[in-house]
Amino acid sequence: MEIREIQGYLYFFFILFLTFVLYGYIVHLYRSEKKGERDYEKYGKMALDDELTSPPVEPLDVNEDAKDKRSGK
Amino acid sequence: MQNPAIEYDYTVAKWFSYLAILFGILGMGVGVLIAFQLAFPELNYIFGQYSLFSRLRPIHTNVVAYGFTLSGIWATWYYIGQRVLKVSLKESPFLNGLAKVHFWLYFITALLAVVSLLFRVTTSKEYAQFEWPLDILVVIIWVIWGIGIFGLIGLRREKTLYISMWYFIATFLGVAMLYLFNNMAVPTYLVTGMGDPLHSVSMYAGSNDALVQWWFGHNAVAFVFTVPIIAMIYYFLPKESGQPVYSYKLSLLSFWGLMFVYLWAGGHHLIYSTVPDWMQTMGSIFSVILILPSWGSALNMLLTMKGEWGQLKDSPLIKFMVLASTFYMLSTLEGPIQSIKSVNALAHFTDWIPGHVHDGTLGWVGFMIIAAIMHMAPRFFKREIYSKKLLEAQFWLQTTGIVLYFSSMWIAGITQGMMWRAVDQYGNLAYSFIDTVTVLHPYYTLRAIGGLMYFIGLFMWAYNFYKTMTAARQIEKEPQFASPMAA
Repeated sequence: MEIREIQGYLYFFFILFLTFVLYGYIVHLYRSEKKGERDYEKYGKMALDDELTSPPVEPLDVNEDAKDKRSGK
Repeated sequence: MQNPAIEYDYTVAKWFSYLAILFGILGMGVGVLIAFQLAFPELNYIFGQYSLFSRLRPIHTNVVAYGFTLSGIWATWYYIGQRVLKVSLKESPFLNGLAKVHFWLYFITALLAVVSLLFRVTTSKEYAQFEWPLDILVVIIWVIWGIGIFGLIGLRREKTLYISMWYFIATFLGVAMLYLFNNMAVPTYLVTGMGDPLHSVSMYAGSNDALVQWWFGHNAVAFVFTVPIIAMIYYFLPKESGQPVYSYKLSLLSFWGLMFVYLWAGGHHLIYSTVPDWMQTMGSIFSVILILPSWGSALNMLLTMKGEWGQLKDSPLIKFMVLASTFYMLSTLEGPIQSIKSVNALAHFTDWIPGHVHDGTLGWVGFMIIAAIMHMAPRFFKREIYSKKLLEAQFWLQTTGIVLYFSSMWIAGITQGMMWRAVDQYGNLAYSFIDTVTVLHPYYTLRAIGGLMYFIGLFMWAYNFYKTMTAARQIEKEPQFASPMAA
């Protein structure tokens, strides 16, 4: 088998693999919302309520203390 | 509560907005001139060799893509980035300073780029014409932007990155990869000690060069004209209309769908050329599949307006954005059709292609940047938009201009393709090249008039923006949703 032919097959199977990954992601999104693990739709609010003073939709826990200090809480 | 002294810093967003207007007028002004040159060739000589079509065409494409569009992208990035991450640039003097360096270095590089093209310093690779010293500057600018993006993300208060952020990050990564690989070149003077120090030779040759070039060329459309513009519409349409994105999940899967498919579609530029046949076929197939994620985003935007269509009548900004989204749908249906092999046999090298490009760039990219900057203007200057009537008039003038542009190019392109292929009963070509030119003249004139209408609209935009900045009625506080505008 020529290198070009091998490239062609590799390309095809790689695409097939990525297609499975993409569909897997879609299933993951809907399943985790159905199970109540995450609510993706609430993130839409990030564009609407985006003042510096508005509470974050999902605050960053890790360095919340540092943020509080910086903003003078 | 946060410290009331801290607020968003719009300085750099403002600067990039001014630049978007400036480069919009420059790039599209050159575009109108070269459109008239195609209809009336004597216009080629108005400034001697400097006004020849071949000299000006790269200036038109580069200034519009890398001047107008990139400025628009960065104006909106320095606005949206702060807002959806809920962090002000004022909180980090380093990132704020870096943003200013970003602006000035970009401005200088852009001017050098225009001058270099005017003096025909070019690699002759379409949309990648800049010679190696400019490429190095571009890389530095890009790295600075990257530090800006990830630096701001590091300071964020919002844990999850809003969908627009994903698209901005994809723009950064996509262009970085494409630009580096396609512009790999050997500066000839440094290697041989002879010739022009600015000259370089591509590291790829023959069909490989073509493949890399169109992998780049097509994805420059993806990561400059599509991905960051989607970042804009996902923020500005919900914000201006007060409606959250119709489906956030759809926005996520359209994102990954687009990332997955777009990078493979470039092969459609090389159909019936010397690249392997399976590559051409895959290029066609991926282009057709590309309809799905593109329409996913566009429909998501249109559905965001569900139950709120009254706003389309009342707000010129909503008009601009909804029509931008509609032009995106038109363009992403037209492109895949053109990349089907049998259609491509007719469409390739004809005027249908620039027709397709322009309903995307004028309708989708242009309208979205215009709307974004006019949405930001009242927030920048704490004044209402100077004139709603002028904005409405601009919308209708430019929309008519776009329709004239693409409809004339559809007719011209298909006519041209049919005439090139026509043969008599013995297989001899039925027409010579000049026969097509004669037939196409009225359509070229119409196209130039359409372009001129869009160009006049840009001055209305610039005037409205300037008056908003200087003379419009002041507002007490930043509007939450719909931008206030005087009748």
